[in-house]
Amino acid sequence: MSITASNINKTFGDYRALIDVNLEVPEGKLVSLLGPSGSGKTTLLRILAGLEFPDDDGGGSVSFHGVDVTRTTAGKRGVGFVFQHYALFRHMTVENNVSFGLRAKPARQRPDKAAIKARVRELLQLVQLDGLQQRYPSELSGGQRQRVALARALAVEPKVLLLDEPFGALDARVRKDLRWWLRKFQEEIGITTVFVTHDQEEALELADSVVVMNNARIEQVGDPQTVYDRPASPFVYEFLGDVNRIDGLGPAGVPLYIRPHEIRLCFAAEAPVARSARVLHLFAAGPTARVTLKLDGSDRPLTVDATREQVDDMALQPGDVVGVQWPGQIERAAPPVS
Amino acid sequence: MNSEAANQRTQAAPDPKPDKARRLSRRVIPGFGLSMGITITWLTLMVLIPLAAVFIRTSGMGWEEFWRAVTSRQVVASYKVTFGVSLLAAMTNAVFGFIVAWILTRYRFPMRKLVDALVDLPFALPTAVAGLALTALYAETGWLGQLFYPLGIETAYSRTGIFIALTFIGLPFVVRTVQPVLEDFDREVEEAAASLGAGRLRTFVSVVLPALVPALLTGFALAFARAVGEYGSVIFISGNMPMRTEITPLVIVKHLENYNYPHATAVACVMLVASFAMLLVVNLLQRWSESIGQARG
Repeated sequence: MSITASNINKTFGDYRALIDVNLEVPEGKLVSLLGPSGSGKTTLLRILAGLEFPDDDGGGSVSFHGVDVTRTTAGKRGVGFVFQHYALFRHMTVENNVSFGLRAKPARQRPDKAAIKARVRELLQLVQLDGLQQRYPSELSGGQRQRVALARALAVEPKVLLLDEPFGALDARVRKDLRWWLRKFQEEIGITTVFVTHDQEEALELADSVVVMNNARIEQVGDPQTVYDRPASPFVYEFLGDVNRIDGLGPAGVPLYIRPHEIRLCFAAEAPVARSARVLHLFAAGPTARVTLKLDGSDRPLTVDATREQVDDMALQPGDVVGVQWPGQIERAAPPVS
Repeated sequence: MNSEAANQRTQAAPDPKPDKARRLSRRVIPGFGLSMGITITWLTLMVLIPLAAVFIRTSGMGWEEFWRAVTSRQVVASYKVTFGVSLLAAMTNAVFGFIVAWILTRYRFPMRKLVDALVDLPFALPTAVAGLALTALYAETGWLGQLFYPLGIETAYSRTGIFIALTFIGLPFVVRTVQPVLEDFDREVEEAAASLGAGRLRTFVSVVLPALVPALLTGFALAFARAVGEYGSVIFISGNMPMRTEITPLVIVKHLENYNYPHATAVACVMLVASFAMLLVVNLLQRWSESIGQARG
């Protein structure tokens, strides 16, 4: 089921959490909302879920597959929501947690006990936790709890799955494993999924489409490669991956944004277009070497990813003066300051 | 005790730097021996010896006399009043105290801080003052009594009066035990229930309430225990009519006034055993509700 949110505004007291946000999530896709904390991404997710509602006077609307659900509450929207801290029912077993949504249905739609039991089993197999039905949440690891929360959300057969920082509270390794597991899982059941994250790596590696948010607005929407290669704003440039900001060199004095791997080093006397810089620090890890430079006429350190070979060939030492250059099209790709 | 054991192990092991290791494994604030000694002495002096005295004084009288003392019609009637009305008052407090705690934690309204402070008033007020004030208000000509007497409800010098006094003094116990638990309660859990299609009633009954049951039970037990032992505020409003509105603590006082110490301690014994039994039941209930809740996950 596709999701459309248009003209969403949300204020909390004086604080504007979302300003004129428009978002389109195509059916069956995995979309990530990426941004720093306070950018409004969780608020947007909660509005999609029906846990929060857009401002009345903002004229905003949310629709699922063309049907307006702006004023429909979470329970009636048919969404599965997974909370950052799982929000499991602590006094219930895993089985009762997962079956909660089914048991809460009105008597006429409620499956019988045997059917509920079978469905719980099926879901727990899906999240690879079959056999833990009688455990309590306190007896599970973080990763297991997260998967119980997922199974619980899926029990009511939602049309849309929404996840708020699903891996935020897990340690790095479990996080990576679960990430791939979620991707595979989402492809298998083909459910439209939106997840919130502040981790750019997570968003870029996992999502079909990345929505970059900042200061209550959407900065850019696109597939991960596009967002990384052609950032639409200085913010996106700085937020996604390493980037050098060079003030005053662009047309009309605007800053340039250039990624470390796009810069080439040469001997200072070599190329006439090269700008000169002094080497501050060198560090080689694996095949690449990270060189930190001080560019003439700029206070910011400039980082360059060179090959280790090149660094060895040039016999670079801290204190050396080298030339730096970057292809012209990179300069053109640098976005204007908004 | 773990660190005690660890301490001994460090001392026994051939550690290259025993001094440092011993110092590190010590607690931040030393003095287990001293503070434990004080604890035991204090509890013995303040709790154990007085309680033992009750039994010792009682043991002076024969079994038959004891039985007669604690089962006379007047005394049995007073048990019924004390325990019955206390139970009723504690249950009322469990319901209304819960609502007060809910309001104080879930909503922000003007004068919230003042209302919050008011809850503690029954703690702070001398019980005799409370008794006098309540009697003045609920007597037949009092401000509130005026409203009830025409309806046939005798709010003073009756069991209803005792109920009013016991409800008054028991209120803070429930509020103050439920409030912190409610403050810690994760709102996301309610949202999770709502997003799964549960209505408000279902969310409350099967998600919020179970998490609060241990705290509610504790509050209820404290309110009940306080009500059973309450004397000062009750004797003003109850009218103290033997067989009808006489509470057990007053029976004890009456015996004492007649220099009938054995009978007084005999009845006190019964109160004591009843209190212990109550504590036991409540502790078991709490443990049971926590075990099904796994309260801290």
